[in-house]
Amino acid sequence: MNRSRLAWGFLLLPFPVAFAALMIGRYPIPPGEVWAVLVHALRDGVGRLLGLEVPPLEGVAPVVQSLILRIRLPRVGAAALVGANLAVAGAVYQGVFRNPLVEGRLLGVSSGAGLGAALALLLAPRPEVVQTLAFLGGLGGVGLTALLGWAFGAGVLVLVIAGVLVDSFLSAVLGIVKYVADPMGTLPAITYWLLGGLSAVRVRDLLPLGLASAVGLSFFLLVRWRVNLLTLADPEAEALGVSVRAMRYLVVAMGTLLVASAVSVGGIVSWVGLLVPHAARAIVGPDYSRLLPAAAGLGAALVLALDTLARTLLTAEIPLGVLTGLLGAPLFLLLFLRFLRERGGWR
Amino acid sequence: MRLWAKAVGYAYVPGKPVLRGISLEVGSGEALFLLGPNGSGKTTFLDCLGGLRRPVEGEVGLDGRPLSALSPRARARAIAYVPQFHEPPFNFTAWEVVLMGRAPYVRLLSQPGARDRQAADRALQTLGLSALRGRPYYTLSGGERRLVVVARGLAQGASFLLLDEPDAHLDPANQHRVLRAVGELLGTGLGVVVTSHSPNNALLYGSRVALFAQGRLLAVGSPGEVVTPPLLEQAYGIPFVLVGDGPRAVLPALT
Repeated sequence: MNRSRLAWGFLLLPFPVAFAALMIGRYPIPPGEVWAVLVHALRDGVGRLLGLEVPPLEGVAPVVQSLILRIRLPRVGAAALVGANLAVAGAVYQGVFRNPLVEGRLLGVSSGAGLGAALALLLAPRPEVVQTLAFLGGLGGVGLTALLGWAFGAGVLVLVIAGVLVDSFLSAVLGIVKYVADPMGTLPAITYWLLGGLSAVRVRDLLPLGLASAVGLSFFLLVRWRVNLLTLADPEAEALGVSVRAMRYLVVAMGTLLVASAVSVGGIVSWVGLLVPHAARAIVGPDYSRLLPAAAGLGAALVLALDTLARTLLTAEIPLGVLTGLLGAPLFLLLFLRFLRERGGWR
Repeated sequence: MRLWAKAVGYAYVPGKPVLRGISLEVGSGEALFLLGPNGSGKTTFLDCLGGLRRPVEGEVGLDGRPLSALSPRARARAIAYVPQFHEPPFNFTAWEVVLMGRAPYVRLLSQPGARDRQAADRALQTLGLSALRGRPYYTLSGGERRLVVVARGLAQGASFLLLDEPDAHLDPANQHRVLRAVGELLGTGLGVVVTSHSPNNALLYGSRVALFAQGRLLAVGSPGEVVTPPLLEQAYGIPFVLVGDGPRAVLPALT
């Protein structure tokens, strides 16, 4: 029961990190001012709902208020959601595909999203178009994989093979788009998008991401125990009364919603979906009842922290995907050695 | 209660039947052993009994109702299946594995409740496994793993327990431990179907034995009637001798 409380405690972890992230930056803001601005914004929002007049905030420069609410807060929110989405989807995919080394991007979501974003940057380079096409591309990639997998019998292995096929094909098409892109303007934009980052996030980007995350995350927090059953071999799960195929497709669809919405806003942020679930598993154990809340909190806090580093470490912004990659590989090696020790080797 | 099969036939590839015309039934408090050489269709038949495969011909049913008329959940509440191997990709504890047996009682968007947790505890207790409760599955011995999965079947609250070769890959002591524990459950009114490659385990622990050969039922009856050298030779194709006069056993006859 104690580990269960710990697991839910992880959901609180992103809040202090987010608060720190609002303070830190090229223009540091003292905690008192951040607090005052947040409280006032909340009061203002509630007041507006009730039709009450709330006086403007005194004592904090308007430019600081606007910096917190319009620049940093959307970015902080996006970072937390991207982290939670990737971590939860990764944890779920590792169970559904009975493979501890996969993550949410297994089924072609990132190559699809990358292709969508690249097409948008080539044809209609506006942020909302890029985000929409990236999202649709991600869904399309996984849809193609699911269609292929269904045609060949919907087994786990078939789905993974279909994912590899689709991923490779879409990457090749992305190559064509890059080839025809203008090497002075569009090509760097595509490359930068693919590296992943949240520097372009504005308030309006949060609505679609927030909606998709709300649907996907609450679905997984509700079915969390049942995800355990999908880690069983198909006949075993069926013998327990689980409709394996339907459940697997539903779970993959929800996972895709999470990953596609994250990728469409943050580009390709590597390692989080692989690393965070294992870290959470090491702390709260493999039971999805505890694993999913822990992974969500840990993922959100981690991406928040890394994104804050990405925008403050150097004078120029470091792409978030590069930072997660640099940190992810060595951290994963540590976790993997632990995993091998626990299992007594690779079977 | 009765779990029955009437003229069941099955084919993985159309036109190449692996099971033909099998009629068998098992009642509460009875242990039916399915014997037969590799590829004789006994595991396929077990899958049909458990509702994991739908027979191509004939029908499987529970009391008056065909199994196909039951929802997967209703079926899982009546029939539990213990696979030969249970290898979770993650190191769940014994208790977490047993709790999964409550799946047919937990609705899609809800969590196992106090009753489910009690059922899991009771199942471990019944099999004398309470000490293993918090142990990670991968630290358990082969015999303990098998028993934990049997406990999952008990937590399922089913009236029939189907076990696929529960004695495979276990040393004699562990085979005994698993089969005796299953035998003790018969007293609680559970019906059990066991596939096995050991005629002697069928002699020791079976109430009835069905002998399969090439997808057909060669013989069915009490262990003493079926586990005999002539019938075994017919099924397995080598001569056997019956030894011992108290507890009896069969051995391949050396020539």
